[in-house]
Amino acid sequence: MSMATATHDADHDHGPAKGLKRWITTTNHKDIGTLYLVFALTMFFIGGAMAMVIRAELFQPGMQLVDPQFFNSMITVHALVMIFGAVMPAFTGLANWLIPMMIGAPDMALPRMNNLSFWILPFAFTLLLSTFFMEGGGPAGGWTLYPPLSLQMGEGFPFMIFAIHLAGISSIMGSINVIVTILNMRAPGMTLMKMPLFVWTWLITAYLLIATMPVLAGAVTMLLTDKFAGTSFFNAAGGGDPVMYQHIFWFFGHPEVYILILPAFGIISAIVPTFARKPLFGYSSMVYATTSIAFLSFIVWAHHMFTVGMPVVGELFFMYATMMIAVPTGVKVFNWVSTMWKGAMSFETPMLFAIGFIMMFTIGGFSGLMLAIAPADFQYHDTYFVVAHFHYVLVTGAIYSIMAATYYWLPKWTGKMYDERLGKIHFWVSTLSVNVLFFPQHFLGLAGMPRRIPDYSVQFADWNMVSSIGGFVFGASQLLFLWVVIKTVRGGKKATDRVWEGANGLEWTLSSPPPYHSFSEAPVIK
Amino acid sequence: MRVRGSVAGTGLSAVLALAAGSALADWSLLNMRDGVTSTSRAVHDLHMIILWVCVVIGIVVFGAMIYAMLRHRKSKGAVAAQFHESTAMEVIWTIIPIVILVSMAIPATKTLLAMEDTSKADMSIKITGIQWKWKYDYIDGEAAGISLISSLHPDHNAARLRGASGSVENLREQFGDTYLREVDNPLVIPTGQKVRFLLTGADVIHSWWVPDLGWKKDAIPGFVNESWTRVDKPGVYRGKCAELCGKDHGFMPIVVVAMAPDDYKAWVVRQKAHVAQAAAAADRVWSKEDLIARGQDVYRTNCAACHQPNGQGLPPAFPALAGSPISNGSDASQHVEAVMSGRPGTAMAAYKGLLNDVDLAAVITYERNAWGNSGGVVQPAEIKAAR
Repeated sequence: MSMATATHDADHDHGPAKGLKRWITTTNHKDIGTLYLVFALTMFFIGGAMAMVIRAELFQPGMQLVDPQFFNSMITVHALVMIFGAVMPAFTGLANWLIPMMIGAPDMALPRMNNLSFWILPFAFTLLLSTFFMEGGGPAGGWTLYPPLSLQMGEGFPFMIFAIHLAGISSIMGSINVIVTILNMRAPGMTLMKMPLFVWTWLITAYLLIATMPVLAGAVTMLLTDKFAGTSFFNAAGGGDPVMYQHIFWFFGHPEVYILILPAFGIISAIVPTFARKPLFGYSSMVYATTSIAFLSFIVWAHHMFTVGMPVVGELFFMYATMMIAVPTGVKVFNWVSTMWKGAMSFETPMLFAIGFIMMFTIGGFSGLMLAIAPADFQYHDTYFVVAHFHYVLVTGAIYSIMAATYYWLPKWTGKMYDERLGKIHFWVSTLSVNVLFFPQHFLGLAGMPRRIPDYSVQFADWNMVSSIGGFVFGASQLLFLWVVIKTVRGGKKATDRVWEGANGLEWTLSSPPPYHSFSEAPVIK
Repeated sequence: MRVRGSVAGTGLSAVLALAAGSALADWSLLNMRDGVTSTSRAVHDLHMIILWVCVVIGIVVFGAMIYAMLRHRKSKGAVAAQFHESTAMEVIWTIIPIVILVSMAIPATKTLLAMEDTSKADMSIKITGIQWKWKYDYIDGEAAGISLISSLHPDHNAARLRGASGSVENLREQFGDTYLREVDNPLVIPTGQKVRFLLTGADVIHSWWVPDLGWKKDAIPGFVNESWTRVDKPGVYRGKCAELCGKDHGFMPIVVVAMAPDDYKAWVVRQKAHVAQAAAAADRVWSKEDLIARGQDVYRTNCAACHQPNGQGLPPAFPALAGSPISNGSDASQHVEAVMSGRPGTAMAAYKGLLNDVDLAAVITYERNAWGNSGGVVQPAEIKAAR
């Protein structure tokens, strides 16, 4: 790929409107990308504050700070906020910023829908968080909202369901936009198999979202009618089936897991080659592996519910299918390692986060493989071992990739370099503390501590205290991340157009910061 | 041997435990236990195999990464090679994992089939999960007809209220390592016999888990799940509810006491005598004082978690009983109805299936006379009539 056409001569670039109106009425992919990222960061700190409450209560045995019901609402809303409010909008923000620049398009294909899909989100999460102030408090039945427990929620219940509907609609609109943009707006010569992997992984993610979000919407709507309209979809006393909810939920929920990680694969596949100064190893196998993972994600859902009492044939099928996922995921890790092999590596902050991602995501992959073994899962299920597992793949996986992406593209977005020294401190403090936080949770789970409990027996005291200390340090170190970003936006060393010596791709051919409309004229791709 | 009591001490003990390995560390706090059944040992073996497989793969992959990071760095003058494809490598690292996975799947399948085979059981026990206690019904065999309600032990229930526990040392002194793992009525089973469990839920989904038995199984309203165990050696085995089931999910422990067959027989005889005694007690007229004294214990075990020891409840979800019109006045019928049939759609269970006539009469009488309430006496005979 090269870029014969630069776009610095964009005289007709009208630039943004002024003031608050710019952000409310904007249809520009960069503005909307920024809105998404700022929103995600805000939610990250709100969800993080809830995590701090959880770790503070678990700091030692006995109930010290909160009541059990409030504790349950903390774990529930922490998950909902982090998944739907932080990670997903952050990836959508990155997609908005990067996809048009990566495929040589001037903007997203559906700019007004883009505006709408963002501006739904603040309302959705205001609704969700407002349930804390209603009678009965916030949702406390776990983010999976299993009935009958979720139906015991107080007056906030319909508000929570409506918030989930809104977030889902936002995701679907965002996904439609991504798909239409990628399929219709690539520059001449940008064939599918020349697209950067971030674009590929997002294309597949968008299809997963469109396929599964309506399933979630259906499931929670049935909860709503069970509660208010006298239906019995999930009420055994009325001929319904509480386990059916779990099947429907996880038919959404498992692809959702990959929605939260596939874009991360794309980010890592962009960063590792840049800092290894070597092309990505096995590009096409990466595309096929992503597609295989997306396919498999639809046929493994019941591994989240091995203990509900499925027929043994069902348990065997879901165990085998789940184990299969290790193959394409392994291919990805091996490809990244091979990309690093015999490269000329340097270790700027984005590369540090990318390497941290590969190692710690792999640890999460290992515990995932262990969880796939159904008989062993009968012991692991619903313990802290599972908590450790999904935080390794989501925090040191998804969130690390988002941080890597921020450090990697922030100079492009702002035209200014971030403070490399602070970035590295952020990485090392985060990485040490996140392992102190989550690694002992493997031990806790194996030793017999269930998840989602506010109080525990004294033999779990030591590791819980270690974990909480790690949690507090990890939480505090994210304030450093916020400071680095603010400092860069407010002023920093001027960034070059290419920013990184080894960077390849269309976005690096634009100026830093890029013009308001990315490619007014389509670049030519060799 | 671990240092206790300070943050630094905890960190130090963690490091020591890791560094010193099995010589110093208490492995039962780091790894899955191998338990006391053939199932739990098979599961433990599977766990250790897959763990070591992961460790070996991890050493290879991370080793290659670390080697590359040390040797192939720009600051050391490395020049990047430009290879970016190798079909042979892709095939190799697709085939090898598949072989490893198949070799894992075979023992896993064998164990799973054995775990799910509930046939030829010597006896059956029905387990019902209720917010937030367990009910055990002995269905067949010599113990048929015995029914137990198993709740968090009242002493633990008092200690777990906010601010009541004091320091970790307090808890350790008072309860040893059983804090929140002690019940009033444990499940008793004989050793050496295949016990089949039928699990269901009364209100929401619970999950019955005793790590030493090697499995957990969900207790779901409207479903009857099956599982089984055969415990080798007598002992006390502790577990917890594993599925989030509401406010007091963290406070519904499980205790299984496995007894040698002779001891078990003696226990059955004692239990049956209790049942007969309770039936006789229900037929006589009780004094107000006796009912209140007994009712206070029943209240502490069954009601105080939500309605609070002082009867003030946790409004709006859990209403106050003190001063409530339902628990005052001469007509107790609404009160009896609420306790016996529960409040559908809330955490208030139907206690007619959980408590006997005397306990129901006692707890209702207690509630009608405690905290300044004045509501008279309800006799066991009235409960019997209301069933």
